[in-house]
Amino acid sequence: MQDLSFITEWIDSSLRALMPGWLTVTVECLLIGVGLLLVYALLALFYIYYERKVCAAFQCRLGPNRVGPWGLLQSFADMFKMLIKEIIHLNHIDRFLFALAPYLVIIASMLAFAVLPWGNGIQIINFNIGIFFLIAVSSIGVLGILLAGWSSNNKYTLIGSLRSGAQMVSYELSIGLSVITMVCLAGTMSVEGIVAEQQDLWFIFKGHIPAIIAFVIYMIAGTAETNRGPFDLPEAESELTAGYHTEYSGMHFGFFYLAEYLNLFIVSGVAALLFFGGWMPLHIPGWEAFNYIMDYIPSVVWFVGKAIVLSFIIIWFKWTFPRLRIDQLLALEWKYLLPINLVNLVLMVLIIVFNWHF
Amino acid sequence: MANITKKIRTLFPQATFEGDENKPLVVIPNAQWHELAKALRNDPEMAMDYLVTIVGMDWTENLGCIYYLMNSVTDEVVGVKVLAEGTRQQPVIDSVADLWPVAVTYEREVYDFFGIIFLNNPDMRRLFLNIDWVGYPLRKDYDANPAINPVSTESERQTDFTDVYTRNEKGEVVKNEVRVFQKDDFVVNIGPQHPATHGVLRFRTAVDGETIKKIDVYMGYIHRGVEKLCEDLMYPQTLHYMDRLDYFSAHNYHHALCMIIEKAAGIEISRRAQVIRVMMDELSRIASHCLFIGTYCMDLGATTMLFYTLRVREQILDIMEKTCGARMTFNYDCIGGVMQDLAPDFVADVKALLEVLPKNIKEYNEVFTGNVIAKNRMEGVGVLSKEDAIAYGVTGPSGRASGWACDMRKHMPYSIYSELDFEEVLATEGDSMARFKCRLREIEESAKILAQLVDNIPDGEYCVKVPKMLKLPAGSWFQITEGCRGAFGLYLESDGSPKPFRLKIAPPCLPQAAAVDHITRGQKIADLITIGGSLDYIVPDIDR
Repeated sequence: MQDLSFITEWIDSSLRALMPGWLTVTVECLLIGVGLLLVYALLALFYIYYERKVCAAFQCRLGPNRVGPWGLLQSFADMFKMLIKEIIHLNHIDRFLFALAPYLVIIASMLAFAVLPWGNGIQIINFNIGIFFLIAVSSIGVLGILLAGWSSNNKYTLIGSLRSGAQMVSYELSIGLSVITMVCLAGTMSVEGIVAEQQDLWFIFKGHIPAIIAFVIYMIAGTAETNRGPFDLPEAESELTAGYHTEYSGMHFGFFYLAEYLNLFIVSGVAALLFFGGWMPLHIPGWEAFNYIMDYIPSVVWFVGKAIVLSFIIIWFKWTFPRLRIDQLLALEWKYLLPINLVNLVLMVLIIVFNWHF
Repeated sequence: MANITKKIRTLFPQATFEGDENKPLVVIPNAQWHELAKALRNDPEMAMDYLVTIVGMDWTENLGCIYYLMNSVTDEVVGVKVLAEGTRQQPVIDSVADLWPVAVTYEREVYDFFGIIFLNNPDMRRLFLNIDWVGYPLRKDYDANPAINPVSTESERQTDFTDVYTRNEKGEVVKNEVRVFQKDDFVVNIGPQHPATHGVLRFRTAVDGETIKKIDVYMGYIHRGVEKLCEDLMYPQTLHYMDRLDYFSAHNYHHALCMIIEKAAGIEISRRAQVIRVMMDELSRIASHCLFIGTYCMDLGATTMLFYTLRVREQILDIMEKTCGARMTFNYDCIGGVMQDLAPDFVADVKALLEVLPKNIKEYNEVFTGNVIAKNRMEGVGVLSKEDAIAYGVTGPSGRASGWACDMRKHMPYSIYSELDFEEVLATEGDSMARFKCRLREIEESAKILAQLVDNIPDGEYCVKVPKMLKLPAGSWFQITEGCRGAFGLYLESDGSPKPFRLKIAPPCLPQAAAVDHITRGQKIADLITIGGSLDYIVPDIDR
């Protein structure tokens, strides 16, 4: 498996040769920031196109096919439309919080990007508590949504944000518990460590039954966490027009829109990290030739590919299921997912203690 | 029927009778009206538990109402004509809202158009027009000068109060103001521009958290005054308005109006025209129910189903387009038959449709009906009991889902329906799921009717000769037919001229919208969408 850290190390050493240490760090931060923004924008554009095409396939349609070959430029066109749209200034709102809310949402998803295992050696921050950091920063997003709903001074947005608050706080529990289950198996919270642990076998195979249960729960809770159907109550359009972002226009709305798709990527990226080895290629113990060939596929392709396949499942949910009602949603979490998750955690611990995993 | 007339004669000697022997119109002064209504409603021999409609009337010398009542078991219909008391400035009739809850809405409509005040009606506001409208448009002496009611550029006027008129000890009519909502209610405005109200309908919803406390339904955003417009048109010209009420049952409504005019004029139409009309009705019904399933699933968040059901609907619209030349406002049935003959490949197209229909219905059930989330969202949500369905006049598939056998094709057979073999789809649960399933099963029944007719379309002329200047004899006619959404009543009164003196349209969707408040109390906001969707009202049909 090719280690890509030589690129980052080369940039670092050549910069250090040119300038003092503090400036190097500053320049590197800027470079990473710009790089992140670029990846962020491109991924969002890709996801918009991807979801449209997938949804069209489910609905016996063709999807975007006019702008550019196979409609590839459609999402670019939409992005430019969004950028040049007027931001409507409203009266009777809390201006500061109203403007702040979309940034909070987008910052939360950007921070989460920092710890995703993009490839062998390319990771922005290598924490020893990486996965914990990820859970922590992704909770900031709900603050943005609550602020958006409150500051808009509108009854729909208020109901939407209240729903959202209840939903995200509840489902964070499930996400946290299924992550803990997998952290137990990995024995580390460091993202690099978790990936390294899956060198021989991905966790979904290694941890077998509890890992599969944790995966299913993680996918359900992850869908809820991203506010996507069938858990899109905060923005249930048939009830609350657009929920918490009803009053937003132009790029302010665009931020919520982008954050939704990026959160979709983050949730599937974390699923790929915890259950499918992050950037680690598919290795099967004993099949040396197979493992060798698999190593030739670049690690970035592995990670992004896994994330995209997993987001396909979440998109599939959205275009198949009707929406839940708020009480049913909370009942699902507190009455079913949480107890199952707790039992699953105990099961995982037992399996680790008695060494029943592969 | 005869014993009801006899009974009324013995109980109320003041009552007189108009019209022919079989379908007499009871005429009663307002002083005895409430007593008579009570007897009609509560007497076990009469038990007129379904108020079909209230027709407001202005006979220029006096104002009044015609009530059409129906026994939901024996299907007997009684018409009662009540003359208003008091002056033309303040005509008064006693309210029957305590006997039939749906009367609240019907009386508001009459008040809106004729200015007749109903004593003891708990909510005597205008129903369709703005609260500051001047005049009562369906009165014969109404001044339509636009200067009196100019188009307003300001926001819609609105009040939190409603009027209740009562009689004090001296017998004078007094007006009391009552609050619509409680003072500290959190009122959310849902509509008129809202994706789930299926058109411009507005619900002012008082909520407690996510729970609904009360709903105040505002209608009239798409009110065009069809009844008033018809009074200035020749009979053939009135027909095309029927396309624009419930635009999904355009054929059925056309059929109804053609039938009542033909009945009044004594025109016999050919067997071929009858068969074509019935086939078109049933095709409309399938298309309408398909759209219902699609939009309903979309309201619940399952967007994909819409496209699956629209496939079938497209196929039907293609069949219609080939024959009628239109996909939406067909204007196909005409007095004496139908406008054009069938397209040459009509039979083949219908057969192709009947072939794909069972497969599609199976798919709908697999994708949606069996889904656990769909079941949770619909089962036990918005239960409407049979008694309430009758009291609120909720007909059509929504009423049949509550167990009320109200399919007018069976109970008041018209055209060739009595010869056809089909089942009346009934359920007992009365919840949203039952309403959904009833419509699914009705598609199958309509397909059954089409299968019986498609190979048996007789030859003959598709339209008989009708005089260009059609004049109806003086008199009044009432007819109930089955639209796609329920019982569609038509009242036609003629004074012998080529224009109708009064054409009253009693749409199935108005009582359904009026029942929303009753059904949704104590449910969640999300259930309002489920319930509203499952009732399947069409706003142009409510507003007319």
